Amino acid sequence: MRFIKYLLVGIFFGILMAKSEAFSWYRIQEMFRFQAFHMYGIIGTAVVLGAAGVWIIKKLKLSDIQGERIKFNPKEMGFWRYFLGGTIFGLGWALGGACPGPMVVSVGYGVLSMLVVFFFSIVGTFLYGEVRDRLPH
Amino acid sequence: MWEFLINPWPWWFSGAAISVTMFALILFGRSFGFSSNLRTLCAIASRRRVKFFDFDWKKEIWNLIFLVGAIIGGYLANTYMNHGEAVQISQATINDLAALGFGDPSTSASGVQPDELFAWENVLTLRGFLLLAVAGLLVGFGTRYAGGCTSGHAISGLSDLQIPSLIAVIGFFTGGLIMTHLLYPLIF
Repeated sequence: MRFIKYLLVGIFFGILMAKSEAFSWYRIQEMFRFQAFHMYGIIGTAVVLGAAGVWIIKKLKLSDIQGERIKFNPKEMGFWRYFLGGTIFGLGWALGGACPGPMVVSVGYGVLSMLVVFFFSIVGTFLYGEVRDRLPH
Repeated sequence: MWEFLINPWPWWFSGAAISVTMFALILFGRSFGFSSNLRTLCAIASRRRVKFFDFDWKKEIWNLIFLVGAIIGGYLANTYMNHGEAVQISQATINDLAALGFGDPSTSASGVQPDELFAWENVLTLRGFLLLAVAGLLVGFGTRYAGGCTSGHAISGLSDLQIPSLIAVIGFFTGGLIMTHLLYPLIF
């Protein structure tokens, strides 16, 4: 039962990815061609509201539902892993038209062949685990 | 209200809904980062043989439940909230894609993903299969290398004003622009 809230938020997220059309390959293409404001509006709104909320949580020292003080873990400093990893991710994002969340939403939507992309994204993560010691971070 | 919800959501509503998702997970004591699930699935499959995947994945079950929810959400959106029209993208994009051999969204079976990439008759050719496989490999490899995907870096990280996340997002766009503007004309 303690997991049902995650299922509900997941369902909300799935509906939102579909109804915002952010899970569509066409929308991603439109974004990377700078031909519509839609995707920039979505990400921009989420980040502005997100930043305001995170600031309030920190300012008021708010707690989560277990009563634990909410902490934000700063990401480790670095350049290459973020830039190179991000670029590799971006190449795949533009090719398949989906990042990991939207991939599974697409599958639920009925585009079952997106499972091929999702399966290979797991393989890609596995390959990273195998070679990570040899990569610049 | 229902009419508003079954039509495509405007950007401001969609963006606000994404922050609701992020804050709900934060309130539950978690964080919004979808691609951690890929690592968790690797951990389950590899059974502690690889160091990077040797961690207590049972603590990440909540995120797999979230993933299952996302699949159900996609199903519900198509089954009960479908307004019956394909994605409405700009005419400029339709023209650019036509030059590469992609029909406009209304020509695709789903209305949201192109048949040229996702129809089974294309997926089950060597070329079609490789395109999807390579897309997946790049996403999965890149997201773990960068330590996060769109949700973890672009939404959660930027909301927390993290410089590493900004670098990652610049990377996302660098890769996306290279693929779209330099590689698409070679591939399609």
